[in-house]
Amino acid sequence: MADMHKNEIDRISGVETTGHEWDGLKELNNPLPRWWLYMFYACIVWAVVYWVLFPTWPMISGYTKGVLGSDQRTEAIAAFDEGVAGRSVFADKIIAASLEDISRDQELLQFALANGQAAFGDNCAPCHGSGGTGAEGYPNLQDDTWLWGGTLDDIHTTLLYGIRSENDEARIGEMPAFGRDELLSRDEVTQVANFVASRAGLETEDGVDLAAGQTLYVDNCAACHGDNLEGIQEMGAPSLMSANYLYGKSLDDIKAQVHSPRNGVMPAWVDRLDPATIKSLTVYVHSFGGGQ
Amino acid sequence: MSTDTETQEGGQSDEWFASAKKIYPMATHGLFRRIKWTLLFITLGIYYFLPFIRYDRGPDAPDQAVLVDLVHKRAYFFFIEIWPQEVYYLTGLLILAAVALFLMNAVAGRIWCGYLCPQTVWTDLFLWVERKIEGDRRDRIILDKEPWTFGKLAKRATKHFFWLMIAWWTGGAWVLYFSDAPTLVWQLLTFQAPLVAYTWIAILTATTYLLAGFMREQVCIYMCPWPRIQAALTDEKALNVTYRWDRGEPRGSLKQNNKLIEQGLPAGDCIDCYQCFQVCPTGVDIRNGLQLDCIQCGLCIDACDNVMTKVGKPTGLIAYDTDENIQRRIEGKESIYEIVRARTVIYAAIIALVGAIMLFALINRDFADISVLHDRNPVFVEQSDGTVRNGYTVRLANKRRHPRDFVLNVEGMPANTRVEAVGVENTFAGRPVIEVGPDTTREVRILVTSPPWEKMPSSTPVTFRITDSVMGEVVTAKDNFKAPDKP
Repeated sequence: MADMHKNEIDRISGVETTGHEWDGLKELNNPLPRWWLYMFYACIVWAVVYWVLFPTWPMISGYTKGVLGSDQRTEAIAAFDEGVAGRSVFADKIIAASLEDISRDQELLQFALANGQAAFGDNCAPCHGSGGTGAEGYPNLQDDTWLWGGTLDDIHTTLLYGIRSENDEARIGEMPAFGRDELLSRDEVTQVANFVASRAGLETEDGVDLAAGQTLYVDNCAACHGDNLEGIQEMGAPSLMSANYLYGKSLDDIKAQVHSPRNGVMPAWVDRLDPATIKSLTVYVHSFGGGQ
Repeated sequence: MSTDTETQEGGQSDEWFASAKKIYPMATHGLFRRIKWTLLFITLGIYYFLPFIRYDRGPDAPDQAVLVDLVHKRAYFFFIEIWPQEVYYLTGLLILAAVALFLMNAVAGRIWCGYLCPQTVWTDLFLWVERKIEGDRRDRIILDKEPWTFGKLAKRATKHFFWLMIAWWTGGAWVLYFSDAPTLVWQLLTFQAPLVAYTWIAILTATTYLLAGFMREQVCIYMCPWPRIQAALTDEKALNVTYRWDRGEPRGSLKQNNKLIEQGLPAGDCIDCYQCFQVCPTGVDIRNGLQLDCIQCGLCIDACDNVMTKVGKPTGLIAYDTDENIQRRIEGKESIYEIVRARTVIYAAIIALVGAIMLFALINRDFADISVLHDRNPVFVEQSDGTVRNGYTVRLANKRRHPRDFVLNVEGMPANTRVEAVGVENTFAGRPVIEVGPDTTREVRILVTSPPWEKMPSSTPVTFRITDSVMGEVVTAKDNFKAPDKP
């Protein structure tokens, strides 16, 4: 056949055929440049070299490691360590700087916010939500309502020692259980709750003596929540005139809180996180917008 | 298939791959050779020396006229400075380049391939070196066949040395476009340049040496897509390097054709001297007509004109001409040249349009920029005093070389809306004034708070407007103010 096809020249193109024929269709032999073939061989050689140097073949358990010992996991860990080392420079600066200085310095602020965001996601989000909006019983850090103050220093102190935590420096303030501990009778709880509701712009129940409620308020509540229901920050007593109530703003919620209050706990972070992270968190939380 | 005869001559596979036939282009002189030398000097001159041209942009800015600063993410071209997000200027340039190629092709064939393509220009330069050291076509053919002697070795070594020098300089010039040229040259000389510079020089040295020294016409014939596209774009009215067979055929030696003329028989002007073939850098016989391998460099025109002059015949047997004209002359009609026709007009119009759009964009280019991103979590915050607050991450860009103050205005909100920029204390008429450093961006958190107890719809379209407090430049971005969807 070789001889046959050697003589067979396609009449139209003037090109020799390869001798391959399918139902009368013949393949023209337009030879590929030889260097192209060599490049194909070179690619094969390249592949073999690659197998030897790098991790390639999957085995039943594990894979071939390659003589270079190159491994993306190791490289990623190295890059991570490098990042941590790079961060420590900033961390030292954060520790040295005052909170006000951090908020003013562009570079430090950027770092503190990024660092704070990461730490917030890991440590704070379970209670306060990933956006810092909290939930019923867990304060919203985005708004302007601060039980213990919203300045940088206030936030820093709260973060360090917590609220009603086991730390000696913790912020302590407790709402007495007026109903459960029988300090007030059931009717008295209803009266004082209705009084608060009336002042906070909520609907009240019919036939409740609001004047009696006011007297009860002055005798039992005003010491902490203020004569005008404005709250006293030093005691962690919230304003009752606010649009935002931690445990819900309805008459039933108020009654429940007067009868058997919930006193939420914020842990102290001083022993759990390093000072730079706590400062970063302070700046981050303050930056939400409610910071004072 | 009968396999018994298949193995007869050692199998067939050898014929399925062709070794490249070595081409020994001969030197020539004439108009097109001069044009090619001129263009070679201009293009290589631009390539090798452009990075050294200085352009003053003021302090703290690179003073290199043409620079792609990958580290600081800026590209400079004399008075133009491009930021990464403005890469569409590059898209525009590529469109212009492509259509310009089409236009060249519609007017006069492969002008790009024959005169301007780097592959052609460097091959030409390498051929010149080869010719200076090893001699012209005949000498090189003989030298190739000679056994290895000291003389041959010396010639070869000298040639490769100069080739490598040119290739190295080519790679060296390349990296200068990406860093301050004089500094980098000094660093390279003192071996203090970054590794990436040496790597790129090595890569471009290798490709230049290989492509211009060895691959040559193989690149055009097998690797480049343009000959295929060009063949599909050309038409019978496009000027191409053409053998005027209407005048040349039947070809024959001078003696033979003169004899034919004496006998009153038809004889062409082509004396079959093969000069056109011998000068061809891609080894093409132009007399076979327009073909993919022909890069239309015009050297065969020069070679043929020289021969025609010597034998006392009119020049232009090979010339820029059209298929249509050959046909017309055979029919006894005048040659016509239609440069202005539908496709050239359309290509030129596209070039003008894209060029105008780019020029317009460049002239009206903003030197400030603002982008606004609404907080996703929380979308809004209700506050103790009955106000609703929305948070935005705003990025301002200052593309000027001096720091600028921008006054931020949020439009579309009711009166008494509070706008504050976190960490920005400077205000003007109650609006934050944000300073952005020279040639940089700044990200600021913006808090927009609705008036107390104001009933806001669940979504209010707002416009963030920044105004340069000195130059008055205004840039805007749109977003929304979100509020609780309560009755």
